[in-house]
Amino acid sequence: MSDHSPDPVDAIDLPRSPTPLPGHHITYLRFLGRGLRLAFTGSWRFYAWMSVLTAIGLVGLNAWGQQLLHGMQVTAMTDHVSWGLYIANFTFGVGLAAGAVMMVIPAYLYDDHDMHDVVIIGEILAVSAIVVCLGFVIVDMGRPDRLWHILPGIGRFHWPVSMLAWDVLVLNGYLLLNLHIVGYLIYMRYLGRRPARRFYLPFVFLSIVWAISIHTVTAFLYQGLGGRPFWNSALLAPRFIVTAFISGPAFVIVLLEVVRRYGGLRFGDGPIVTLSRVMRITVLLNLFMLGSELFTALYAGGAHATSVKYLFFGAHGKHALVPYIWTAVALNVASGVILLSSRSRTSRRWLLAACGCAFVGVYLEKGMGLIIPGFVPSTLHEVVEYTPTLTEWKISAGVWALGLLVLTVALKIGLAVWTGRMRDASTPAPQVAPVDDDAAAEPA
Amino acid sequence: MSSPTRRVALKVVGGTLGAGAFAYAARPFVQWASALSVDEVLRRHYKELTPDEMSQILRQLEADTKARYGADVHIEDLPPQEGVSFGYALNLSVCIGCRKCAEACHVENNHDRRTNNSYIRVLEMDQGSFDMERGQVDYDHAVPAPGKYYMPVQCHQCDNAPCVKVCPVEATWKEPDGVVVVDYNWCIGCRYCEAACPYHARRFNWQAPEIPADQINPDQGYLSNRIRPKGVVEKCTFCLHRTRRGQLPACLEACPTGARVFGNLLDPDSEIRWVLEHKRVYVLKEELGTRPRFFYFFDV
Repeated sequence: MSDHSPDPVDAIDLPRSPTPLPGHHITYLRFLGRGLRLAFTGSWRFYAWMSVLTAIGLVGLNAWGQQLLHGMQVTAMTDHVSWGLYIANFTFGVGLAAGAVMMVIPAYLYDDHDMHDVVIIGEILAVSAIVVCLGFVIVDMGRPDRLWHILPGIGRFHWPVSMLAWDVLVLNGYLLLNLHIVGYLIYMRYLGRRPARRFYLPFVFLSIVWAISIHTVTAFLYQGLGGRPFWNSALLAPRFIVTAFISGPAFVIVLLEVVRRYGGLRFGDGPIVTLSRVMRITVLLNLFMLGSELFTALYAGGAHATSVKYLFFGAHGKHALVPYIWTAVALNVASGVILLSSRSRTSRRWLLAACGCAFVGVYLEKGMGLIIPGFVPSTLHEVVEYTPTLTEWKISAGVWALGLLVLTVALKIGLAVWTGRMRDASTPAPQVAPVDDDAAAEPA
Repeated sequence: MSSPTRRVALKVVGGTLGAGAFAYAARPFVQWASALSVDEVLRRHYKELTPDEMSQILRQLEADTKARYGADVHIEDLPPQEGVSFGYALNLSVCIGCRKCAEACHVENNHDRRTNNSYIRVLEMDQGSFDMERGQVDYDHAVPAPGKYYMPVQCHQCDNAPCVKVCPVEATWKEPDGVVVVDYNWCIGCRYCEAACPYHARRFNWQAPEIPADQINPDQGYLSNRIRPKGVVEKCTFCLHRTRRGQLPACLEACPTGARVFGNLLDPDSEIRWVLEHKRVYVLKEELGTRPRFFYFFDV
């Protein structure tokens, strides 16, 4: 898009500027520059938050460097439990990215105008969550120096046979889709122009289908393995989608509250009501699926039930995951109970508590609670346990910190543009007098 | 209350501290990155290498082994033989669980000495049960123990190999003679194959292998027993550096009871063919559809 005149399709709706607009290569660079400046300025709270995240990120970077230098012996993974905390977090992260689409679906498919006002937050969350996912895949690699081997067209991409090749495709595709949508909408808003529907609407609809696909493919990664009975279940993909629609909305509700308080964005209660309605269903659906899985494994019994037995009750004298999974179940039940009670509708505090319970519950269940039992017992039925090392926790915290950094910066720029605090010089001023970049970011 | 100069000063101090912290945190990462050679990082896939490039890489690997482990080794890239398709069978009636095969594998394939790694695991099973759930790998007593039988498990070189299917970068594949190999120079270390294998046949190099120079087997193959780099997956290759030369696998030669039978499935006069045609043969986890080339049989 290097044309100097506004897009002809929407020309009628566009505000005319007295002087011809400068080329996009200039305004876009200026937009990026101002965004970058905004990312480094703010209140003391903002500085404190960013410094803490950066510090955690650096601890993670250092730990990852040690892992590369000394080999993955610094992790607790073994040939028996060959995936651990990283892949557990990766799986959960994909769910979070896919779950963000629960804002896009009402906004675009059901014309929910309240949701439409804040949908950009969901898209920004999707981008940040994918950054987290890619981060966890990379830190899990024994040879990240050979990352290019997995690039389609450049390396040797084993597609369509390998589910991991599919995952590379759908995750990066989802990242690009959302980057385009978010970037385009924000830039147009910055210019004070009405976005051309043909430049974003098809991508929005594609991103809805794509969101389902990223989590389906990630489930297929596990459920396609015949040698791992714990994962080899047709219920895995549907359950992944359901839990994505718990963790996604739960995170977004909390995020909306934060944005309302610190982001200077005004919006009604509609989006939060819609999202909590979604959760009211998905939390129960997940518990139902859990029950169905437990019944199938335990009623028939046999060797295929050993992983489930190990997870919930311990097996062969080993029970590392038992407290873990019961905490998850308790949190999931608690979130269900709160969401069903009228309190969750009248009290914001109770709703946030339900979101917290649901988010952590799904994190435990779908992270370690899903990955580790796939390896216990091993394919030769040896029972080897796994507890992550400090290095693994450091690296994982670092990856999450990176994701939160991306989320914070993207939200800060996005909201500044959305609320009219940051806009192109040639854009006519909004009704409200423009305020200082920093001032509006201060807590009300 | 916060004058612009004080704000600027704080930012400068913060920025400097931040940069220092970053430099410190990134040090191990930089150290790792600087040890990588451009040639190695940009090297193409095994199947894309010309014979010249391959011989150059082989000489380079020999030099690296000399520099790193102090041993003079000879690394070859032996091609599969025409008209040969390998198969392996193991007689459960005579296996006594002595684990000589696992030991021979350890020595032959230049496994890490610290972890005592081997491509073979021997399960001690209860008489009257096929349930591996009740099997033991860490038994430590005189063998054969009463009421037990023994089942060594190694790579089954499946014709429908889950590990080959799942690899996202084609770093592992099936050779024309039936052996599933790994290009250690191409593997990205994602360990998806390890998760996919139903036979616990794959191993990951959680660290660079440690072997004293005098214990290194100098007779090495590019796709088999050369010393593996850290961060990649490895597996049993039916000792292709030996078997492609007409020798027998090290595990077979070490077996004191003659429980192991190896040979060319395409040769009607081979011993392996005789076993498959005359004994009661089964494969492990047949229901998974992996179509192993490793068979178990009984002397009845």
